[in-house]
Amino acid sequence: MKLVMAIIKPFKLDEVRQALTELGLQGMTVTEVKGYGRQKGHTEIYRGAEYAVNFLPKIKIEVVVPGKLVDKAVDAIVAAAKTGQIGDGKIFVVPVEQTVRIRTGETNESAL
Amino acid sequence: MVTLTKYLIGAVAALAALALFHIDPALAQEAAAAAETTPPAPTLDTGDTAWMLTSTAIVLLMTIPGLALFYGGMVRKKNVLSLVMQCFAITCLITLVWFVAGYSLAFTDGGSLNSYIGGMSKALLKGVEKESLTLTIPESVFFTFQATFAIITPVLIVGAFVDRMKFSALLLFMALWSLIVYAPITHWVWGGGFLANAGVLDFAGGTVVHINAGIAGLVCAIFLGKRYGYGTENMAPHNLVYSVIGASLLWVGWFGFNAGSAVGANSSAGMAMAVTQIATATAALAWMFTEWLVHKKPSILGIISGAVAGLVAITPAAGFVGPVGALWIGLAAGVICFFASTTIKKALGYDDSLDVFGIHAVGGIVGAILTGVFALEAIGGKPGLLEGNAGQVLTQIWGITATIAWCAIATFVILIIVNILVGVRVSQAVEVEGLDINLHGEVVQ
Repeated sequence: MKLVMAIIKPFKLDEVRQALTELGLQGMTVTEVKGYGRQKGHTEIYRGAEYAVNFLPKIKIEVVVPGKLVDKAVDAIVAAAKTGQIGDGKIFVVPVEQTVRIRTGETNESAL
Repeated sequence: MVTLTKYLIGAVAALAALALFHIDPALAQEAAAAAETTPPAPTLDTGDTAWMLTSTAIVLLMTIPGLALFYGGMVRKKNVLSLVMQCFAITCLITLVWFVAGYSLAFTDGGSLNSYIGGMSKALLKGVEKESLTLTIPESVFFTFQATFAIITPVLIVGAFVDRMKFSALLLFMALWSLIVYAPITHWVWGGGFLANAGVLDFAGGTVVHINAGIAGLVCAIFLGKRYGYGTENMAPHNLVYSVIGASLLWVGWFGFNAGSAVGANSSAGMAMAVTQIATATAALAWMFTEWLVHKKPSILGIISGAVAGLVAITPAAGFVGPVGALWIGLAAGVICFFASTTIKKALGYDDSLDVFGIHAVGGIVGAILTGVFALEAIGGKPGLLEGNAGQVLTQIWGITATIAWCAIATFVILIIVNILVGVRVSQAVEVEGLDINLHGEVVQ
């Protein structure tokens, strides 16, 4: 089991969700986040007062994936979230030690 | 003199109407006979009264929620409740101040001091009965209409010192300011004081309301100092949609402000309404296009700021200029107020947070001077520079100078007194965390 954590452009969320659903993955956690990478921020001007906005709005998706599906899931996210422009985001994959479904007490891959 | 003339015209018109329609020939004859011996009694006009009741209500709407939303959207989220609270509390406080003494000081005869201040004969509205008239409307309506002007003027000042004034200091300052600055200057211009006698033209309050509030705002901004983090922290408006709703309510309410200042449902009110619409739209576009050229983008804050600048500038001119004059006044206000609120403010370094000086004082001065240029005899009975009366411009400048001088000095002295009594500024910790939670115990999530 791996935790696939993807930071993507907000308007790409629906395409990514659809791509992951097509792989048979059930469920994900989505958070509205702010941050910056190479895209840096932007400037806002109010009556001549300029403010540098360093943190841009992004969406963070977290989904725990069975080992055999990890590569497919990563590929699906890349395909769905890519625009080719700076600021498309990043994907991190980290190992998960244990999973428990609270309602039934099932564990690990059967709990996904 | 203007008051007396209107009084006579109203009485004559009422008599003429009676004679024309032969409603009661005996009564008409009786009235005519009375007119020969004693001055004719003023008569209530229901059309005028209906319009002034309406105007009063929509001018109140300019302050709550108009200005509260316009300003509220521009502050940071941690201070929005304190801002709205200030607008609402001042509305209540000044209503009472105006009732207790303000109205009397502004609109009664001050005896030997009448050039500078009225008297206390109508304190607590003494002698204002149900049937009392001002021109052709009940005095109760005139009092309330003027109360809404007395309310909006101090609320305008709030924009200069948002995010940092103590609430207790604010209440004390506003009550004193209303009595010491607003009431006398209103008396000078509209109550028969020395500026009225000098022939200063101010139809709806370019001098009394806007220059006055703008100068007081600048003095407050300098006295209180900059917001903590000004120039380094992000102080972007938290919700400009509120500001757009507020500016739109201001625009609508301003018809009551300007057309209502005709104190009647008549052709003067009609023309005041038309020139208000023209000047406002022109100034909004002028600001927007100037900003588009200078900052590369036309902003929503820009277009609404331009609209307010246009509303301010046409205020003194509304009953005196024609549509073409309104166009030029709007254009000048939009461009000049843009530079006053951006380039000039930045160069001078004061933190007039929501540009009370840049829009209201500068817009008011532009409007007051241009009233002297574009005034048409056929509209307000007074010719301006374009009709050969160059002296009117000098008279206007005299009105502006007197207002600025008294307002600046008195505002400064009041601030010193309030600072000694309760302290004007909140602590840095309160300012950083926000006024809402610290002063009012509430927050917007």
